[in-house]
Amino acid sequence: MDNELAIVARGLRKAYGKNVAVAGVDLEVRRGEVFALLGPNGAGKTTTVEILEGYRRRDAGEVSVLGSDPATPAADWRNRIGIVLQGVGEFDELSVSELVHHFAGFYADADDPEKVIARVGLAGKARARTHTLSGGQKRRLDVALGIIGRPELLFLDEPTTGFDPEARREFWQLIRDLAAVGTTIVLTTHYLDEAEALADRVGVIAGGRLIEVAAPEHLGNRQQAHATVSWRTPEGRTESTESATPTELVTELAARFDGEVPGLTVTRPTLEDIYLQMIGHR
Amino acid sequence: MTTTLKPATAARAAGHQPGPLALALRQGRLELTQFLRSRESVVFTMGFPVVMILIFAAVFDGEIAPGVSYPQYFITGMIATGLMTVSFQNLGIWIPIERDRGVLKRYRGTPMPKWVYFAGKVIMVVVVGVIETALLLAVSVAVFDLQLPGAATKWLTFGWVSVLGITACTLCGIAVSSLARTSRSGSAVVTPIALVLQFISGVFFVFTELPSWMQQTAALFPLKWMCQGLRSVFLPETFAGQEPGGSYELGRVALVLAAWCVIGLLLCLGTFRWTTRRDG
Ligand SMILES: Nc1ncnc2c1ncn2[C@@H]1O[C@H](COP(=O)(O)OP(=O)(O)OP(=O)(O)O)[C@@H](O)[C@H]1O
Ligand SMILES: [Mg+2]
Repeated sequence: MDNELAIVARGLRKAYGKNVAVAGVDLEVRRGEVFALLGPNGAGKTTTVEILEGYRRRDAGEVSVLGSDPATPAADWRNRIGIVLQGVGEFDELSVSELVHHFAGFYADADDPEKVIARVGLAGKARARTHTLSGGQKRRLDVALGIIGRPELLFLDEPTTGFDPEARREFWQLIRDLAAVGTTIVLTTHYLDEAEALADRVGVIAGGRLIEVAAPEHLGNRQQAHATVSWRTPEGRTESTESATPTELVTELAARFDGEVPGLTVTRPTLEDIYLQMIGHR
Repeated sequence: MTTTLKPATAARAAGHQPGPLALALRQGRLELTQFLRSRESVVFTMGFPVVMILIFAAVFDGEIAPGVSYPQYFITGMIATGLMTVSFQNLGIWIPIERDRGVLKRYRGTPMPKWVYFAGKVIMVVVVGVIETALLLAVSVAVFDLQLPGAATKWLTFGWVSVLGITACTLCGIAVSSLARTSRSGSAVVTPIALVLQFISGVFFVFTELPSWMQQTAALFPLKWMCQGLRSVFLPETFAGQEPGGSYELGRVALVLAAWCVIGLLLCLGTFRWTTRRDG
């Protein structure tokens, strides 16, 4: 198995009865990479990720995660991966600190629990029972338990659901810090800005198929997409034109207006525009 | 990407994963903490056998045989029932809830060995079982003059019968927990099993007064043997002649209970599920 690749999946398939959730996915994630899986509800993201985590059995296909088949992993395999599930598991009657300390004890070389609690922004809640946490705080606890073992490979299934904007920014910084020390990260998300901010590459999955894998800036030929140039006419109307050569158009406009072009904007389709087009036209 | 080292390798202290014993003890402490903090389970689990023996003592007072009062006879069944409640019923009800909530799925995602989870439950159950039995004995001595055994050998028998019995019931409780599909069905699975066993094993009736087919059925399961072993502790030697086999058959008690420990363990290892069917 190629040492440069943290994850290799070929022809991955999984059906629930007649419902084919994953229909032949080929996927490669490089070591040290941040890989985002995007896709509409029911696209097969969780199913794919949980097969890679060793939770679900695949019907067909070959999978290698850190050199092991997740269905029959090597002894220390779980020491090397961290998991943040989409669904939370609630422990009864335990505090944040007790839980994080306890989980730290499962790993060969866990991080410092207090530091991890602070890192996910729960320092003020360390003594609180977990059932008293708010939704976003519970999610932070999930993240803490996912990273406590200092994983080589970290899976996060919609990690920022329920985060307030500030928490989301802090979480992004956390992911960048983890990536900076070489952690491979696979995350699923519905937030396109998140994928764009964090991911080296994005995979778009729809109907159980991976329809494209690319760097966020290249997704759906985004760079070649026409730009939209708009400006205000002397009569006060807003005019827009799509153009493959926006610079030329702006120069021409500048000449026409003899200087400043009123209300000038040049925009390219956002990742969200491209994404909606991709999953809409499949 | 050429570096394939674990992140922050240089900064890591030499790996010091706790040894198996430490892992089991930590898990046991966590389970115990969770149990003791949920007040209703403490009150009901600990209180049930005490309330039952008080009712029995109030309803039947008199003697079964010369020198053997009804409460003296029924205490053995209540101790056995209590041990079965904290182990078999408690786990058969509680584990499906943990499974449904995703607690087990969480554990599965860590390097924790599977058996550590079972060991944690065993430790919790044993500690709770000891406290509960002590409480039951204390109340019985205070309220109706229960005669505690004198000889050390009797206490020894008390010890091994209880430990083997509670271990068998714990493992069987973990095993049946996999029959429940949802958190709500745990008690539906476990309660009838426990109740039927209690009725046919001589907990609520004098065992030898039961029809013989019932006695033979009960002899297939651990509870009857736990009661019998405990009778050898709390009832005089002279009463042994009234047992179905004409003696307390301690050898057979040990054998059957040990066999159930093995069966329970095999069932646990073979059938235990960390996730619900709905988890794919
Ligand atoms: N345990 C299950 N049993 C039966 N069907 C399932 C199960 N889990 C998922 N499915 C089905 O498989 C398909 C893919 O589901 P999956 O959870 O992988 O989607 P997803 O991309 O993670 O969606 P979301 O964005 O909503 O989390 C869906 O049609 C879903 O109904
Ligand atoms: Mg999902």
